[in-house]
Amino acid sequence: MKIVGAILICFLQLTPDFAWAGDTVYGYPIEDSYAATILGTPQSFRPDLHGDVPVKTMVLETNREKPELFFYDQGLRYTVAFQNRKAPLIFIIAGTGGSSRSRYALALMANLYHAGFHVIALPSPTFPNFIIDASTTHLPGNLSDDAVDLYRVMEKIWDQSKGRIKVSDFCLAGYSLGGTEAAFVARLDDDRKVFDFRRVLMLNPAVSLYNSVSRIEGLLDRIPGGPRRIGAFYNGVMAKVTDFYHKGDFIAIDDDFLFAGYKAQLLNRDEAGGAIAVSFRIGSAGMIFASDVMTHGGYVVPKNRDLKNSDTLDDYFWTTLHLSFLDYFNEYFYPYFRSRRPGLTKEELLDALSLRSIESYLASSAKIGVITNEDDFILAPGELDYLRQVFGPRLKVYPCGGHLGNLEYRDNMAFLIARLRSSTW
Amino acid sequence: MCSNTSKSIFITVLVLVLSGCAARSAILPDDVPPMHTVREFSDDENVSRTRDPWEGFNRSMYKFNYEADRYVFLPVVAGYERVVPPFARTGVRNFFTNIREVQTFYNCILQAKGKKSLVTLGRFLTNSTIGIGGLFDPATAFGWRRENGDFDHTLEAWGVGTGPYLVLPILGPNTVRSAGGFAVDGGVRWAIMNAIDPFGGTGASTEIEAGITALETVDLRSRESFRYYDSDYPFEYYMVRYLSSQERELAIIR
Repeated sequence: MKIVGAILICFLQLTPDFAWAGDTVYGYPIEDSYAATILGTPQSFRPDLHGDVPVKTMVLETNREKPELFFYDQGLRYTVAFQNRKAPLIFIIAGTGGSSRSRYALALMANLYHAGFHVIALPSPTFPNFIIDASTTHLPGNLSDDAVDLYRVMEKIWDQSKGRIKVSDFCLAGYSLGGTEAAFVARLDDDRKVFDFRRVLMLNPAVSLYNSVSRIEGLLDRIPGGPRRIGAFYNGVMAKVTDFYHKGDFIAIDDDFLFAGYKAQLLNRDEAGGAIAVSFRIGSAGMIFASDVMTHGGYVVPKNRDLKNSDTLDDYFWTTLHLSFLDYFNEYFYPYFRSRRPGLTKEELLDALSLRSIESYLASSAKIGVITNEDDFILAPGELDYLRQVFGPRLKVYPCGGHLGNLEYRDNMAFLIARLRSSTW
Repeated sequence: MCSNTSKSIFITVLVLVLSGCAARSAILPDDVPPMHTVREFSDDENVSRTRDPWEGFNRSMYKFNYEADRYVFLPVVAGYERVVPPFARTGVRNFFTNIREVQTFYNCILQAKGKKSLVTLGRFLTNSTIGIGGLFDPATAFGWRRENGDFDHTLEAWGVGTGPYLVLPILGPNTVRSAGGFAVDGGVRWAIMNAIDPFGGTGASTEIEAGITALETVDLRSRESFRYYDSDYPFEYYMVRYLSSQERELAIIR
């Protein structure tokens, strides 16, 4: 009787779990897509990782003559965490404007290192250091050119690393713009076969660069006064945050503080969206400026000007902050490519900056998979359906998480790692 | 040798002060005008409130600090972290933090912050006795939070404005007021040390004090994770200028 009772209790405890597993309740705690994007995953919802990760930043020396202004730039910086035994190696490509040590590059590095991978993180081709040292045109954004640059960098890094590590096979992952770029790098690798990637993961990728950037830029239309008033908007947001900090008994501007702000609904939805767009603008300002200096393009810096370290850059900073990425595209990026390929129409260029240009490759390549969210706002209407149609079962869509907010959530990480390990999707 | 080095640093600084105060402006008369200039966006509200009339000098000093870090401080800090075990480094850190409680204490009094000055006094006495001369920090375990106070805060409380932005050699981002505050706190400390003369009986008090100052400098640098130009962001100088004033402001109003 006792035994029957014990079994019954066991059953009672187990059944709800089974039932839930069928319903796949998704436990990522932040429902709002903008809040998720800003806050990411709370510590207690991330995987428990024990032990240190031997993270090292390395330099790939380049022989380029650099403008005096970039005297501190000693070469392309990438970040590694290596196992001391034979293991698969994964390359990670950072998102727009991100270095190899940006938030999600390091998070992926830590989790994948713990899962037994050698990890090499690369900066985004839109990151100033990459524009200065590794970009052939110094003009990032053209996906197939950027893929060639990335591939060359990966080959050089592999040459630098292969004496020190034993590698069983290669994988590739990228997030945001890096996810889109990963697809183009994978296609290049299918021709060249230097790495012969076993698996490629695109995490919250853009389908069309132009659409995604337009969506992010569009968030600024909803702030008071519109995109021309980002300075005033920023001051307003900071005043709110500072005031909240003073009224509460906070010790530092940390996760706890940010979550308290979220719970108190410190920012409304338009303000949260505006904050995301402003941080995007801060990244794109660095990109536009670095590119302009390197190409002597005369976009914001006078063509004939050789900037010195002691020169003020304040005006250039303010100007590039206020230029929309779409201005940059229409006034600078498109004319540059049209001058190289006469007759190139804007539509043709836009197509080249989209996954649609390699659609048949993506549809037929079984090693490539996509992970994204239902509410990822960088996707234009219809683009999620497009991903479903192209990738079919190789697409995983979570119900919430915004843009990358749930990347570190433990279910997401477990799924991502399982997909990288398995030979089938 | 030592005096020669300091003399050349002094001359370098002087030359920079005299020559590099004004930064060259963004567009000079014989420049080819770029497609976009700042004039198009002058209707927006400025974000930085820190005046920076000596930007040319500050930027040069920012670079000087980068080189000093690269060739002197970071190698020394790396050696310190390699040779000295973590528990000993924590002891060193606690020791110097405890000494700085004295500074916090008198500044809290000057700012008429009664509770904070009492907590600080309690912390100092506890850590100096139970914490064995400040090597341990039992006061924090008792729930007495460490306060921060320096003469810059005091000047703020007295209504003195920050003055222009000033990047100091070695010490980095400051304002004229915080640089002045630093000098005053340093002077008070020197006076206290002179009055109690703790190493007077050893016959080598100057050497010991120099060694202690060196150790404190290494400890301070090893605590600070900031690295010049580490962001690779072309406008890092402005981000640091903004963030340092923001951080200061948050710390002061606490």
